[in-house]
Amino acid sequence: MAIAPAPATGRFARTAHVARKERAELVARAVTAAMAAAMVLPLLLIVGHLVWLAWPSLGLGFILDVPSRGMTDGGIWPAFVGTLYLVGISLLVSTPVGVLAAVYLNEYARDNWFNRVVNLAVINLAGVPSIVHALFGLGAFVYAARFGYSILSASLTLAIMTLPVIIASTREALASVPMAFREACWNVGASRWQTIRAVVLPNSISGILTGVILQVSRAAGETAPVMFTGAVFYKSVERGNLFPYALTDQCMALSMHLYTLATQVPNVKESLPYATAVVLLGSVLLVNATAIGLRVFLRGRKKW
Amino acid sequence: MSAAFVKRIEVRELRVAYGSKEVIHGISFDVYQNEILAVIGPAQSGKSSMLRVLNRTIDFAASAHWSGMVRVDGEDVRRARDVYALRRKIGMVAPLPVGLPLTIYDNVAFAPRASGLDDEHQLDQLVERCLRQAALWDEVKDRLSSLGTALSGGQQQRLTIARALSHQPEILCLDEFSIAIDPVTTMRIEDVLKELRRDMTIVLVTNLTQQARRLSDRTMFLWDGELVELDRTEVIFSSAARSQRTRDYVAGVFG
Repeated sequence: MAIAPAPATGRFARTAHVARKERAELVARAVTAAMAAAMVLPLLLIVGHLVWLAWPSLGLGFILDVPSRGMTDGGIWPAFVGTLYLVGISLLVSTPVGVLAAVYLNEYARDNWFNRVVNLAVINLAGVPSIVHALFGLGAFVYAARFGYSILSASLTLAIMTLPVIIASTREALASVPMAFREACWNVGASRWQTIRAVVLPNSISGILTGVILQVSRAAGETAPVMFTGAVFYKSVERGNLFPYALTDQCMALSMHLYTLATQVPNVKESLPYATAVVLLGSVLLVNATAIGLRVFLRGRKKW
Repeated sequence: MSAAFVKRIEVRELRVAYGSKEVIHGISFDVYQNEILAVIGPAQSGKSSMLRVLNRTIDFAASAHWSGMVRVDGEDVRRARDVYALRRKIGMVAPLPVGLPLTIYDNVAFAPRASGLDDEHQLDQLVERCLRQAALWDEVKDRLSSLGTALSGGQQQRLTIARALSHQPEILCLDEFSIAIDPVTTMRIEDVLKELRRDMTIVLVTNLTQQARRLSDRTMFLWDGELVELDRTEVIFSSAARSQRTRDYVAGVFG
């Protein structure tokens, strides 16, 4: 049977409807692209502006030096190492707790009132403002637990603050492992835990790690929780000493140091607060870049 | 002939529900030693749920509950003291090929390891035997340490069968194993099943009525959670089938 040729009038001719459709398409593309650009531009401006103003102070020496002349000159070592302590210890606490809690919620929990309460708590805890966490930490760790104003109190406060987000991101990573893998394991007589260890965790580790690492930047940037529980205005520390603090010491922190330089100390060398901000921002960006790199690396090895 | 009537599985008045929705409305049947029992019926007729009760993986479905009596080798599965041993006794092959994201070797060695076998030499032997039984050995023997998920669909399905054989089951249940593989691979696996039936009892859930006809001794027709008819396969596929629905279904009038 012969196929009728398309009419010469042109079935693909441009009609008014098509023209309208194409105009809308153009507008949509332009507007969304503009919004995407609008997101990048401020970041570039902020970073550019900061680096420009911070330039006179920047350098490795700035990180390794201690503040001098009544905090108006010198470097930021005590604050830098203090932030390392606070972030490191808080993640050391919140990562195992958060990941294991997420494993329970995603792999073991059934839909009953207890787990609904836990879920609700996790969601609400994630929405609590950091100043409230700060007050909680002050009451719970500094006073009630008698840890005093210390690195321990501040780290635990940060841990409580990052915990719900770690739980949420870990759950998401676990849920991305196909159910069929679990069923295949159960079918051959493996227990839930054997299944989790052999198949679920190894295949969600990239998502879990990414979630944890992204919390580094959050913990490093928060001021209120550490200011209320263990960070101080000034602490005398040896230049470049990696272990200047004990758990029960108070410490300096980058976020709070930036706040003090900008608002509390008169006659600060002009580039100093900007350089502090660049170091804080740079560390955070570095950590985030590591997270992205890790994710790309682990996804390259994705096994299904 | 008496050996042929040893009951491996007894199901009485089995009802399965997810939440308030009952999907199996009280079915009863037996599975005998060394037979291939085919279970045919359209989707949603409760075939897979029935299998999940047999090895109690239905426990993992939070909203599921079931009543009735299911015995495997005379033992009430509900009271099974060691549910993992029950699951090892019943090999289960899922509809879609599932290569675990492990190496080919580890895919097959997973179950024995999970039940405590860690002797390398024994594991090697077991892995080779299972892969041979599943007609996969020749294709993968040189790359046992590559990923199981990297195999083709048909190879993965045979890997799934090798894994199901790795815990040395006495009963093998296959749930629509050919749904995602080509006809040629299907025929290869059917040949494998014909070999396996000599030492095993096989429950074959299938959408392909002709597959049931080719392979099985008896055929059970499930329809919407009800057992319509269970008889010798040649009876089900003949005009002697008692139910009009059975005759229509196998003739392809519907379903």
